[in-house]
Amino acid sequence: MKYESQRVAMPYFIFALALFAGQILFGLILGLQYVVGDFLFPEIPFNVARMVHTNLLIVWLLFGFMGATYYLVPEEAQTELHSPLLAWILFWVFAVAGTLTILGYLFVDYATLADVTMNKLLPTMGREFLEQPTITKIGIALVVVGFLYNIMMTALKGRKTVVNIVLITGLIGLAVLWMFSFYNPGNLTQDKYFWWFVVHLWVEGVWELIMGAILAYVLIKLTGVDREVIEKWLYVIIAMALITGIIGTGHHFFWIGPPEYWLWLGSVFSALEPLPFFMMVIFAFNMINRRRRNHPNKAAMLWAMGTAVMAFLGAGVWGFLHTLAPVNYYTHGSQITAAHGHMAFYGAYVMIVLTIISYAVPIMRGRPYGNSNTAQIVEMWGFWLMTISMVFITLFLTGAGVLQVWLQRLPESGEALSFMATQDNIALFYWMRLVAGCFFMAGLVVYFGSFFIKGQASPAEEVRGPATQEA
Amino acid sequence: MKTSAPTHRHLPGDLAVWFFIFAELAVFGILFIGFGVARSLDPDTFSAGRQVLHPWTGLINTIGLITASYLVAVAVHRLRHRQPGVTPLLWGAIAASSTYSFGKLWEYADLYSNGYNLGTDTFFMFYFFLTFFHFMHVVLGQIILVVLAMKVSRGEYNGDDMNGMESGASYWHMVDLVWLVLFPMLYVLA
Repeated sequence: MKYESQRVAMPYFIFALALFAGQILFGLILGLQYVVGDFLFPEIPFNVARMVHTNLLIVWLLFGFMGATYYLVPEEAQTELHSPLLAWILFWVFAVAGTLTILGYLFVDYATLADVTMNKLLPTMGREFLEQPTITKIGIALVVVGFLYNIMMTALKGRKTVVNIVLITGLIGLAVLWMFSFYNPGNLTQDKYFWWFVVHLWVEGVWELIMGAILAYVLIKLTGVDREVIEKWLYVIIAMALITGIIGTGHHFFWIGPPEYWLWLGSVFSALEPLPFFMMVIFAFNMINRRRRNHPNKAAMLWAMGTAVMAFLGAGVWGFLHTLAPVNYYTHGSQITAAHGHMAFYGAYVMIVLTIISYAVPIMRGRPYGNSNTAQIVEMWGFWLMTISMVFITLFLTGAGVLQVWLQRLPESGEALSFMATQDNIALFYWMRLVAGCFFMAGLVVYFGSFFIKGQASPAEEVRGPATQEA
Repeated sequence: MKTSAPTHRHLPGDLAVWFFIFAELAVFGILFIGFGVARSLDPDTFSAGRQVLHPWTGLINTIGLITASYLVAVAVHRLRHRQPGVTPLLWGAIAASSTYSFGKLWEYADLYSNGYNLGTDTFFMFYFFLTFFHFMHVVLGQIILVVLAMKVSRGEYNGDDMNGMESGASYWHMVDLVWLVLFPMLYVLA
C-alpha cells in the first residue's frame, strides 16, 4: 500500500462481505421455500426473502466497487485520496441506510414501509430489484455523488491512467443511470423501458467497465506486464461491451409492447454480448502467460482467472442460451433465466470484488506479499467450493428450466401443464439446487476462515523474471 | 507493435484495432445473415421496399466512399515514403466521404417525409437500422481522419512510426468495405 488513505477501503470490504453472508443466508431460505412452501411463513414470506436476497447482492456489490475504487484510484493517480473523512462519513451513511432498509423489508410489511417513507410524494417503490423506499434511493444517489466527487478530485490532481479513466467513466454511468429509478411512468411498457435502463445498462453496460478496470489493475499488479499492453486490451474490451450491450438492451423488449424490430435488434446485438467476456478470458490468460513476476499472492491470481472464466460462462454462454427471440419466446422468465442470473452475477461481479479483496486486503493488513501459504490454501478451498457449488446451482436450475419449458411452454394449449403442476414435476432439481446452495455456504465459511489465519507470504517466494520493473 | 520497412510483411496498424475491426465485421455479418433469412421468408415485402429507394443516391454514395478510401490509401503510401501532400489528401478524403453523408441524409429525409420509418416493415427496419448504424461508423471514421490530418500537419506523424496512421486507415477501409456489401444488398438484390 503506497498511500495511507487507501486504507479507507477496508470498512467497505468488511461490510460488503458481511452483507454477502446475509445474501447467501437468504438464498438458502429461498431455496428451501421453493420446496417447502410455508417455511418461515408468515414471518418471512417468499417475496420478502427474495427482495432481501437480491437487494443485499446489489448493495454489497456497490460497497465492493466503492472499496475497490478507494483502494486503486489513489494508487493509480499516485496521490492521497482527496478526503478520507468524507469517505468515512459516506461509509456510515450508506451502511446505516442500507441496514435500515433491509430491516424495514423484514419487520414492516411493504405497504406500511411505503407509507412511513412517504412513497406517495414520489412513488418509486414496487419494481423488482428497485424496491428500495424513495428516501433510500435518494440516499444512494447522494452517497454516490459524494463518492464521485471525492474520487474525481483525487484522480484529477494526480496521474491520469486508463484504468482510472475507465473505472470513473463506469461509475459516472452507474450514477447517471440510477436517475431512471426515480421515473415511474404509468404506462407499463414505458415503465419497463426505464426499469431496464437501470437494470440492464448497469449489469450489461457500465458495470462491465468497472469490472474491466478492476481486473486490469489487479493484472498489472500481479503480472508486471507493461501497462501499455493491458490498457490497449481494456479499451477494446470496453468498446465491445458498449457496442453490444447498449443496443443489446433490446433483448428485454421482446414481449413488453414495443415495435417488432426489437426482436431483430435485441437478438443480433445481445448474441454478440459474449464477445467482450470472451476477450476478457483471452486477456487474463494472455497477460498471466506473459507475466514478468510470480507474485506470491497466488490466491488473488486464482480469483482473477476465475472471474474471467466464470463471467464468460455465466454472462456470456448462459446469456446467449436464451437471448435469441425465437428461443426466448419459450424460455422467457423460466428457471433458465434464474440459472443465468446466478452464474452471471457470481462470475462477473461477485468474483471481481473478491479478486480485489484477495489482492488488497492482505496489503492493508501489513502483508505486502499476500497471506501465509496456509491462509491462501484455505482461501483457495473457499474459491473452489463456492465456484463449483455455483456451477451446480446453475446446472440444476438449467435442468429445471429445460423441463419447465418442455412441460409448460412447448405443448399446445390444453395439453400444457399448469404453472404449479410443472413446479411439482421439477421439485427434484430444486432439492439438488438447495444441496448445492448448502455447499456454497460451506465454501463461504471456509473463505471467511482464511481471514483469521495469521502470518504472511515472504518476498523470497516471489520469482522475478528479467527486466521486471515496478508495475 | 512497431511497424517496420514496407518491404516485408507486417500487420498494418495496431493489433487492437484489428480485434475491433473483426468484432465490427461480426456485428455487420450477423445483421447481413439476418437480412438474408428475413428476405427469404418474405421476398415480396423486400422487393417492394427496394423499389422505393433511390439507387442513384446509393451509387453516388458508393463513389464518394471509394474515392475517400483511395485518397486515404495514397496518403498512407506518401507518409510512409516521406512524400509531401499527405494532409490535403486526408482532407480530400473527408470531403469525398461527405458526399455520402449528404446523400444519406437527403434519402432519410425523403423517405421519412413519404411516411417510411424503422417500424414500416421488416425491409425498412433493416434498411434504416443497417444504414444508420453504418452512417454512425462513417461519422466516427471521419472524426478519425480529422485527427490523422491534424497530427500529420503538426508533424507528429512523419513516417517513422506508421502505427497510428495505419490503424486509422484500416478502420476507414473497414467502413468502406461494409458499404460495398450494403449497397448491392439493399439497393439491387433485395
